[in-house]
This record gives sequence, structure tokens and C-alpha cells, in this order.
Amino acid sequence: MAVKMFDGNGAAVEAIRLARPGVIAAYPITPQSSIAEHLADCVAEGKIDAEYVRVESEHSAMSVSIGACLTGVRVATATASVGLALMHEVCGVTAGCRVPIVMPVVNRSLVAPWSLWCDHSDTMAERDTGWLQFYASTVQEILDLQLCAYRISEHEDVLTPSMVCFDGFYLSHSMQRVDTPSDEEAWDFVGPYVRKNMYLDPKDVMFINDLCPTVEHTEMKYQQKVGFDKAAGVAKDVFAEYEKRFGRKLSAVESYRLEDAEVAVVTIGSMSGTGKYVVNQLREKGIKAGLLRICMFRPFPAEEIREALQNVKVIGVMDRSSGLGAFQGPVCSEVKAALLGTSCQVYDFIGGIAGRDISDGSFRKIFGMLTDAAAGKELAGTTWFDVREDAMNLREVEMPC
Amino acid sequence: MLTYKVEPKGAVSPGISTCQGCMIDVIFRNALDVLGEDTVLVVPPGCAAQFSGCGPEASVTVAGIQGNLENSAAIASGIANGYKHQGNDHTTICVIAGDGGTVDIGLQSLSGAMERNENILYICYDNEAYMNTGVQGSSSTPLAASTTTTPAGKPVNSKDLFRICMAHNIPYAATASIANIPDFRRKVQKAKDIRGCRVIHIMSPCPTGWGYKSAKTVEVAREAINSGAWLLLEYENGRLTISKKPTALGQVESYVRMQKRFKGASDEAIAALSAHVCERYTYMEKLTQIMA
Repeated sequence: MAVKMFDGNGAAVEAIRLARPGVIAAYPITPQSSIAEHLADCVAEGKIDAEYVRVESEHSAMSVSIGACLTGVRVATATASVGLALMHEVCGVTAGCRVPIVMPVVNRSLVAPWSLWCDHSDTMAERDTGWLQFYASTVQEILDLQLCAYRISEHEDVLTPSMVCFDGFYLSHSMQRVDTPSDEEAWDFVGPYVRKNMYLDPKDVMFINDLCPTVEHTEMKYQQKVGFDKAAGVAKDVFAEYEKRFGRKLSAVESYRLEDAEVAVVTIGSMSGTGKYVVNQLREKGIKAGLLRICMFRPFPAEEIREALQNVKVIGVMDRSSGLGAFQGPVCSEVKAALLGTSCQVYDFIGGIAGRDISDGSFRKIFGMLTDAAAGKELAGTTWFDVREDAMNLREVEMPC
Repeated sequence: MLTYKVEPKGAVSPGISTCQGCMIDVIFRNALDVLGEDTVLVVPPGCAAQFSGCGPEASVTVAGIQGNLENSAAIASGIANGYKHQGNDHTTICVIAGDGGTVDIGLQSLSGAMERNENILYICYDNEAYMNTGVQGSSSTPLAASTTTTPAGKPVNSKDLFRICMAHNIPYAATASIANIPDFRRKVQKAKDIRGCRVIHIMSPCPTGWGYKSAKTVEVAREAINSGAWLLLEYENGRLTISKKPTALGQVESYVRMQKRFKGASDEAIAALSAHVCERYTYMEKLTQIMA
């Protein structure tokens, strides 16, 4: 174990290097580009013994990764934003063919309008594609989650790919100290890639992904669902082993000062540290505030969330994507479903879109609304907490008539 | 582990449900016969997908995967690199895809694979439209041909895949025809023995989409060669060769009159098609001289 300095993308590259992929196919996209570049450096300098396939698109990056992984080697790719959207079709193939690829996704807003900056609209759009999803809150956690994701995804009861999601620029370009296992320690934990169930081998013939008739299709999907069910338990075991080996605790959800909390926020990603800071401030003022951070979004840890939040009176869920057309944002909808039957009041807070900072001020404002609601004041089900007052005047065009 | 319901002769099971008169199964049988068991097949959805099978039943005895419509070359690239990393330099990674999956939606990934000179063999069977989905026009559909999306006849000429391949400087590209299977087998064998990205573009007339009697497929393909509507070409080590000059270059009338898809074509349209055929031949002939 050594202390190293990495930005988020550097930590993702380090985790990939430690997992020793045999084929790498990545297409650069802001803010992921330095992953694609540094992986190329690693191959050129002999730090990773892999074939680097300089693909012409993200669609091909995932397609190459699928083909290569099915021959029996660990693969690496990474993407962000519209790159992930372009991959969408093939992400379903990865999941359905049970190809256990682990992919860092650097969260960035989806177009339109164009933005280079962070929100979760890209990975939330993929939440039902059949991939496990982990959201890191620190650079350290990117490395930790990714190493664990290989073990979880490749487990024979799971065989489901993973997205290790982390916030663009907030984490991808933020330099932090990272306790890093040695090559041997990491290899001892991750281990070599072993092909399971589906593979392409001329000596052991199978034809993968042919037309599946209706009489079998539901069952194939059910197998994937069972993979997700198993993933929850496998993740728990892998996190426990990781803690034992490397001393860092990982969990599907992280409870912060929730024991006696009356108001709480539910966070995901890099905003969580700021949320905890505000919780501490409020506690000093005598307000019983708490926070729940969701780290594993798929499979959705409904039981853990229910257990952690069921005695909290008023809850605000942070959604860093607009959830257009939905009654509430994707994180809130699911948290609410997990709390069905409890007396918790659950409100959605949408904001932090396209890089707008979720500051300590944002959390103080939200906690203010939550404590007001706890005191009986009416609060809307969904609040766009950082929208500008002149929103409807932007780009307003005067019609000639 | 493969278990046989019906013991096939060769690598393709009997009773493949291609349309009557379709020669795609002849292409599959001959290609896989030349390539042998040490082959991994990649097919996109489309007519070729019938060879991947349905449910637990495969229609070929070689390993393979059905990808998406546009990523055959990318999946094949992944397989090739996976094997390369594991020291396997002998297995042939073979794509067999139609014109839609190749010159239209699949052109980007094919271009990427050609530029990177991936160690794959890409066979495009060209039936000049999206036949599996009901005869919609493709960029391989020739001028004046009617399809369900060009009902009044296609207003522009077809895209030239062979020239696109040459522009990528790949080690081997060839065209072939189902009217000349020995020539196709020779080209597959040659391609098998070359490393890098190899493309074979084979014309495969479609009785369903072109509108002729199913017994006439070979005749139609032969007439395409005679008139120059289809040229037999080979590009190898930077040199282009034309196998022989068409006996009736530019005389496309007898070729088009065999097919209902040209039924509504005006004399002017047929003349324009003929001119295009002649111009393309002249261009290719000049290229052979330049490259010599």
C-alpha cells in the first residue's frame, strides 16, 4: 500500500492497470479523455500488456470490448455523456450476453443544450440497461469501487457489467491522495479473468446472441434479474473482503448521523461531502440533521435505504438530473418506492445540472425547507432548488407577428 | 458443446430458411468450407442472421456471434485483438454481412477496422437493398431501381464499396459473384492466407427484392457481369486487377429487363445507368494502369 496522488481519471487508470486488461478500446470524450490517453501511455510504456484498439467511436469501443472479452480476456474501456448515449445500444448487448465489463463513466450532462460539465443525466439514462452502477464520492473511492467491481461483475452468480460513475471535473480532474495497493496486493484481490458461460472458442463451439423466441426471452431477462439479486449479496461480501485487506469500508449506502435524525438528505456522488459538512453545522445548532449517501444505485439497495431512513420524519432526495416528464427525479422515485408504507415525507430536489455547484449554501437552503416542512409548512413534491428566477426569459425570441 | 440434431454436410445445417433462389447459403457454405473449423463468425441482424439460428439451435457448426446491424467490423476487431493477446494467430475472424450492414449503417465501424488494418476477413453479400426488412433501398441500390423506399426508382447511383476499401489501403480487397463460385472460393482462400483487414464484396441477386423467377439467380448475376453492372476486381499489395473486360460493356438493357425492380425505369434512366457502368469500368481500367 502506498499513498499516491491521482485525479479521478488517474485513479480509474490505476485501477485498470492493476486489473491487467488484455484489450483496451476507448474513445476520448471530455471529461474522460485523459483516461483514454493515459491508457495509451501505459500500453506504449509497457505498464499494461494489452492491445490498444484506437476505435472510431464509443459504439465501436463497447463493441470491440464485447468481442474481446468473449475470447476470454479482461477488457477496459471508459466513456462519458453522449459517448455513453452512443454506446446505449451495445450496452444492452454487454448486459444481455453477460459480458462482465467494468467501465468508468465520468458523469457529464447530455445534450441539448451542449455542456461539458457534470450532472447524472448520462448514467441515469442507462439505469435500466442491465448494468450495475456505483457512484463514487471521492477519488479514493473510484479506485476502491473499480477494483471491487471486477470481483462483483465477474462473479459466476452475477456476470453483469458495471459502471463506476464519478462526477466530471469535481472528481475526474480533482487531485486527491489515494491509498493505492501494490501491484501484487491488487492482483491477489482481483485475480485473473476467467471466462464463464459464454465465450468464443473454435474448439468449444457456441453461437452467441442469436434470435431468441418469445417463449424463452422472458426467462433470459429473468436470469439477468437474478444476477442483479445475487449482485447485492456478492457486493457485500466483496466490500467486506476489501475492508479486511485494505482497511477501507465500502457499502451500498452510507449513513451519516442518521440515528436520531428528524430531517435528512439523500445524496449521490461528489456532492455528499458538502452535505455532510452542512449536517455537522446544523447539528451544532441543535438541528437533528442527517444524510444518506447512495453508493450502489444498481442493484438498488432498497432494504438498506428503508432501514436507514424509516424513522426520519422528513427526507429530501437530491437528483442531479432533470428527470424530464417524470413525476419526480429518478433517485427520488426509487427512494420513495423503498420507503413505501413508512410515514416518511419524501421530497425531491432537482439541481446541480450541467456543472452548477451544489454548495453548502444549497444544502442549507434545502435543509431549511425540510425543517419548515417538519414544522408543518407545505412543500412542493419537487423543487428545482437552484433554478434562476429569469429562467423563462432566457433565449426568448420576439415573434414578428 | 455442440450437439447435432441433423448432421450437416459442411458447416451449414440443411434446411436453412432463406428465400427460394437466394444464394446466400451458397456463399456461407463455400466460405466456411474454405475457411474450415478454425473460424469465428460474426453476423449482423438481417438475412445473414438466419445462419446464427434461433433460440438454442445454431445453423452453423463454427463459433460465432450475432452483433448489432452497424458494429460487425468492431466486434470482429475485438475478437481478433482478444485472440492476438492470447497468442492465437491462426483463427480466422470472418464477418458475413449484407450491403445495409456494410455500406450504410456499418460503414463507420468497417472504415475504422480497415484503417487500423484489423486482422479480420469481411465478406459483404450485396443484394442491393434491405431485403430482410422488406426491400427498402440501400446505398448499394443501383440507379433507377425501384424499392419500397425508392418506389419511383432510385435517383442516384450506388455507393462504390470497392473504391472505399482501396482508399483505406487494406492488404486485400476483391469483388466476386455467385455466378462464379470457383472464383469466390479462390478469393476466400487467398484472403484466408493474408493477414490484416481483407474485404470480399460478392454480388448476390435477390429474387424476392429484384423480381425475377427464383430459378434465374445465376443467370441474372451472369448478365450483371456481362454488362459490366458488376465487375470482378482484385486489389492486392496496392495493385488493382480486372479479371476480364465485360463482353457487352454498357449493354445493361437485357440485364435490367430480367428484373421487375427496373420495370418503371425510363429509357433515359437506363441510358444513364449504362453510362455509369461504362464510366466506372473506364475509371477502373485507368486505375489498373496507374497502379501497375
